[in-house]
Amino acid sequence: MDVRLSPEQEELRRSVTSVVERLGPQSVADLDDASRRAKLDAAVEATGWREVRCGTDDGTPLGSGVEACVVAEELARCLADVAFVGPILAADLRRRAGAGAAAGIETVILGAAMADAGSPDAPGGVAVDASGAGTALVLVGTGAADGPRLASVVVRDGGVQLDLTRRTAEMVPGTPVDFVDGAHALGDDDRAAWRAFGLALTCADLVGVMRGAITLARDYALARRQYDAPIGSFQVVQHMLADAHVAMEGSRSVALHAAWAVDGLPAQEALAAAALAKAYCARAARAVCETAVQVHGGIGNTWDCLAHVFLRRALLSIDAFGGADVNVERVLSHNGIGIGAGSSHGLR
Amino acid sequence: MDFGDSPEEQEFRLRLRAWVAEHNPGLPESSTDDGYWAGQAAWHRSLYDAGFFGMSWPVGVGGQGLTSVYDVIVDEELAAAGAPPRPSVGYLVQGILEHGSEAIRRRFLPGIVNGRDRWCQGFSEPDAGSDLASLRTSAARRDDEYVVFGHKVWTSYSDDAEWCLLLARTDSDAPRHKGISAFALPMRQDGVVQRPLRMINGITKEFGEVLLDGARVSADNMIGAPGEGWALAMTVVSHEREPGELGYVARYGKLVNELADRVRKEPGACSPAQVHELGWAIVEAEMLRLHVRRRLSEGLGGIVHGPEGSVDKLLMTQVEQAVGHAALSVGGSGVGTAEDTWLKVYLYSRAQSVMGGTSQIQRNLVARRVLGLPVV
Repeated sequence: MDVRLSPEQEELRRSVTSVVERLGPQSVADLDDASRRAKLDAAVEATGWREVRCGTDDGTPLGSGVEACVVAEELARCLADVAFVGPILAADLRRRAGAGAAAGIETVILGAAMADAGSPDAPGGVAVDASGAGTALVLVGTGAADGPRLASVVVRDGGVQLDLTRRTAEMVPGTPVDFVDGAHALGDDDRAAWRAFGLALTCADLVGVMRGAITLARDYALARRQYDAPIGSFQVVQHMLADAHVAMEGSRSVALHAAWAVDGLPAQEALAAAALAKAYCARAARAVCETAVQVHGGIGNTWDCLAHVFLRRALLSIDAFGGADVNVERVLSHNGIGIGAGSSHGLR
Repeated sequence: MDFGDSPEEQEFRLRLRAWVAEHNPGLPESSTDDGYWAGQAAWHRSLYDAGFFGMSWPVGVGGQGLTSVYDVIVDEELAAAGAPPRPSVGYLVQGILEHGSEAIRRRFLPGIVNGRDRWCQGFSEPDAGSDLASLRTSAARRDDEYVVFGHKVWTSYSDDAEWCLLLARTDSDAPRHKGISAFALPMRQDGVVQRPLRMINGITKEFGEVLLDGARVSADNMIGAPGEGWALAMTVVSHEREPGELGYVARYGKLVNELADRVRKEPGACSPAQVHELGWAIVEAEMLRLHVRRRLSEGLGGIVHGPEGSVDKLLMTQVEQAVGHAALSVGGSGVGTAEDTWLKVYLYSRAQSVMGGTSQIQRNLVARRVLGLPVV
């Protein structure tokens, strides 16, 4: 047992930091700078981070769930407006189905209120993290005996954009459903393991968002003066930020475990670990981001303050693969406890 | 990064699991039943004699000189088996290890580690709570001993203790942090009067006050140099705040498992809201288990534990109180029945945000020493 990042994983974290601190947004206005965004996208593409879950010849991924989550956390901390989670989830799904890599940038569609992989028949599916993606993966025939098959559909930019750093898209109505070449049906364990990976990635994203939001609020509390003193010297403000920090640290511990469990535990156990982590991180992240808004006072309620960009990113990551309540029910279900009639989110 | 066991850790875990299956004494819950403390000393000795206590302490004082990962394994296995938690004497061991002379260490540590000597902690006073440095208990040198006058409070299990780790003022002219010294005070003497305090859940063993009216302690029993008491106190409280030191992980796991069993046996008895409360307690307890693994792993690289202990303490408090809420929700208050164990678990959970430094103080420390916010 040694829960520290390896030297290689620490090095990976530093390399993500160096790219995203140079090319990520420093202000809300920067989010509209298309040339900066293109440079960030090109830099991320050049690193190969998006291919970390593509398969080697024997089908194992190039990199571990921990490495994917290290990248996700650091990108989120710096509000990187570049596709990562979507493409890496698509690549992981293709690898598990035994299919080759996608030709262009591809993401996945989440259905059932975003709690799980989407199907082309169900309305309301959302293609997540879809910047630059022309297509997204769906599962067809979830009721089939040997499990559903992977298909690709054409997507277009969605309506309301909740998250200002990652775009969602929707399936183009009437688009043909193309079964992915060479993909076999996905069994229960494949789907559980993939869902565990999705949950772990969203946890890592939320931990990064919390760290970024806390730093933003802490820096503001040091700079902003009232009553002839920095507001960060007042105990009420200190205690709000302390609570935020504590919630982030607890989240980090469960998120790291979920990331390790992706490859370190059998599929159903990995899913249970990831659901538990997500319940914790989802509840924590909303509260932490709300604290960041509150510490900024009136400024925090203006469009030009980055606090709401963190909050918005958190809200989308909370919804993807289900938020706190859905995942607490998954935890209960794993412990053999049902929640009574009306629950629709069992582990399977 | 690896959350799993190494082969050696796995072997130790399985050996421990087999031992616990045979030797679980089935003590009542410490937080709800005074009967716990009567059997706790025997449990401590039983764990020690079987080689499952003091895993990470130096061999010279009766420990096994292994990494603290083995303490984590002990806590996890005790929780899974529903056994009583590891007795929490780590604060004493660390305080004496870091501040005591070689002679003091040799004299006191083996009996603490092997469970033969019982100790209590004489820090807080009626007028020195969060502001510990304002303590007024005095120890005046007279020949080869010190004579102690004062009033200590919140001294857990003082009636069972043979020794008290006492803070007393030995220099009333020195600045308030500098004039405090630490002693190993014998409890069984005329100048020591104990009064139990009844906690809000009715138990009387855990909380007490100690009146020191001319109690005597040999000058050889001073731990550290004269005036080193404050530094020792800071060592002790920082170790007290780390969840890995307390074995509490085991207590929470045990309580949550018992509550989950209740719901599984009678699935229709709880509302969805009550079951959700249990769900959050499961999530919180597991968070702490994983958090302890992470923090102890950080320690493997020799990182000194500083103000982050306050983060651990606040997390541990949230877990205890979430478990307390689940106990009240799923276990019930017991009104109209013969049994109020779960009410007691809930009521006891309110103490966690006070003992070992209040949550208010912990938040101050996190804000100032972790986040770097200013004091004006």
